[in-house]
Amino acid sequence: MSGVRLIGFAVTFVALVTLPYWMPGDYYLNVSSQILYYAIFALGLNILAGYAGLVSLGHAGLFGIAAYTTGYMLQQGFGHPAAIIGALIMGMASMALYAVLSLRATGIGFIMITLALGEIIWGLAYRWTSITGGDNGINLHGRPHPFGTAIDTPASFYYTTLTVFLLSVAIMMVFVRSPLGAALMGTRDQPRRMNALGYHVWAIRFWACMFSGLLTAVSGILFVYYTQFISPQAVDLTSSAEVLLMVISGGAGTLLGPIVGAALVIVVKSVVSGFIERWNMLLGAIFVFIVILMPEGLVPGSARLWRLVSRKSRLRRDLKAEAKR
Amino acid sequence: MSALTVKGLCKAFGGLQVTRDVNLDVASGERRLIIGPNGAGKTTLFNLITGELTPDAGSIALFTRDITHVPSRRRPHLGMARTYQIITLFPHDTIIHNVSLALLGLSPMRWNPLIDMRRLAHLTEHGRAALDRVGLSHLADRPLAQTSYGERRRVEIAMALAQSPKVLLLDEPFAGLSIDERRDVHQLLLGIPRDVTMVMIEHNMDVALEFAERITLLHFGEVIVEGTRAEVVADPRTREVYLGH
Repeated sequence: MSGVRLIGFAVTFVALVTLPYWMPGDYYLNVSSQILYYAIFALGLNILAGYAGLVSLGHAGLFGIAAYTTGYMLQQGFGHPAAIIGALIMGMASMALYAVLSLRATGIGFIMITLALGEIIWGLAYRWTSITGGDNGINLHGRPHPFGTAIDTPASFYYTTLTVFLLSVAIMMVFVRSPLGAALMGTRDQPRRMNALGYHVWAIRFWACMFSGLLTAVSGILFVYYTQFISPQAVDLTSSAEVLLMVISGGAGTLLGPIVGAALVIVVKSVVSGFIERWNMLLGAIFVFIVILMPEGLVPGSARLWRLVSRKSRLRRDLKAEAKR
Repeated sequence: MSALTVKGLCKAFGGLQVTRDVNLDVASGERRLIIGPNGAGKTTLFNLITGELTPDAGSIALFTRDITHVPSRRRPHLGMARTYQIITLFPHDTIIHNVSLALLGLSPMRWNPLIDMRRLAHLTEHGRAALDRVGLSHLADRPLAQTSYGERRRVEIAMALAQSPKVLLLDEPFAGLSIDERRDVHQLLLGIPRDVTMVMIEHNMDVALEFAERITLLHFGEVIVEGTRAEVVADPRTREVYLGH
């Protein structure tokens, strides 16, 4: 890792860890928690959309299944550990089913199948009232106490989310550099060639789906513990599109991109919306701006612009030095 | 001993019969050339042999083992490698990463999600050795996007060779190359040891005829002529297919 990047990581880490001490008020701390669990969600989707080249428009369904399972199990009297494990199992099992059905296609076909599956889950959330509570949703009462520590305050919940977030980023960093990660990116770029080289393209994509499902389920659990409520709104198409926009706007296929994308969307949605009534329009304008100026996303786009500017300034400096001589 | 045996292979796309009862028997270590005009079904034949297409009828054997129903992804593990007519590489990666992917394809390590790929030193070492064989080791760390067409052709061959194949299928390896590049690739192919059986599709007759020991002429998906260089060149059906008289 280069020196500049290492310093950048260290500064970001320190800023995140000390955030409750310098962030003004609980509201912004809660927004930070939201950014973190949505960033985990976006990282999960990025495995498919960015590294596998498979764009899913039904991921909010998986997110919702984990959240609903947590809520339902707690409602039925199960403890928090059982509810969390149950939610992870249900999330992964649903992802396996999603994968088996949707990996029959790629490109538009994959998008449409995941969209349809997401809509089925939304329909179930809306209509299967005995389980989901329908439009009324499910209310939660209380949060777990991991290792005997209460996470009821904004700061303690933030630290819990931050821990899970950092763990997710670390796992992603390892995965992207691993042989399986390289194979996954190979199936994105040249699936036919990968097959001819001896790779089981379908199986690689399936395991990528499972990994994506795991992160999505984790974010769903954090979401439901944060909001203490889950309703069909959380699993609708808009939610799937929103997280996809986080990935694309930040930079699909990059580690930092989905995190930046999540921060952008949540800040506009939660903070800017308090000042601007038509915040949706502003968000749309930002996306248009990104698509036109940085089609590869904010993170890789900014890196490209930075390289361009530094190359130009270096050239100008060299020309000046030559003119002096 | 036969390295590759194809018996009664047939394939149709709807009403269009693209491969008609093709029989092929390539001896171990042989250099076989498949020729034929555009649309003769040469690449389709390769796709059938490698399993990318499923035949309607017939069988394919690799060293007497019937592989007709073996999935295409398993065939490289049995010793079959191929190159493509249209270069099919990983443009965002370096040359060494391309070759490493070829090596990784045959390794059980390809399923590992935990280890850093850069720590697999043997992959890089073998990859550099494969690049050395095609004269590209000095460009190993160059991004593929910054290489010439001829260099990419050689990367394709290096990837196939890296898998230590017993049977190597080359689909127009000279296509689009300059005279110098053609000479380089030709020398490279001549240098491949005899334990690798090679089957090549090629239009460039000057280079191809020099390479081949036996030639199979395909026309409308059918084997029209098969024999030694002299036999095929002398056969009036070859002239008829190529010159129309």
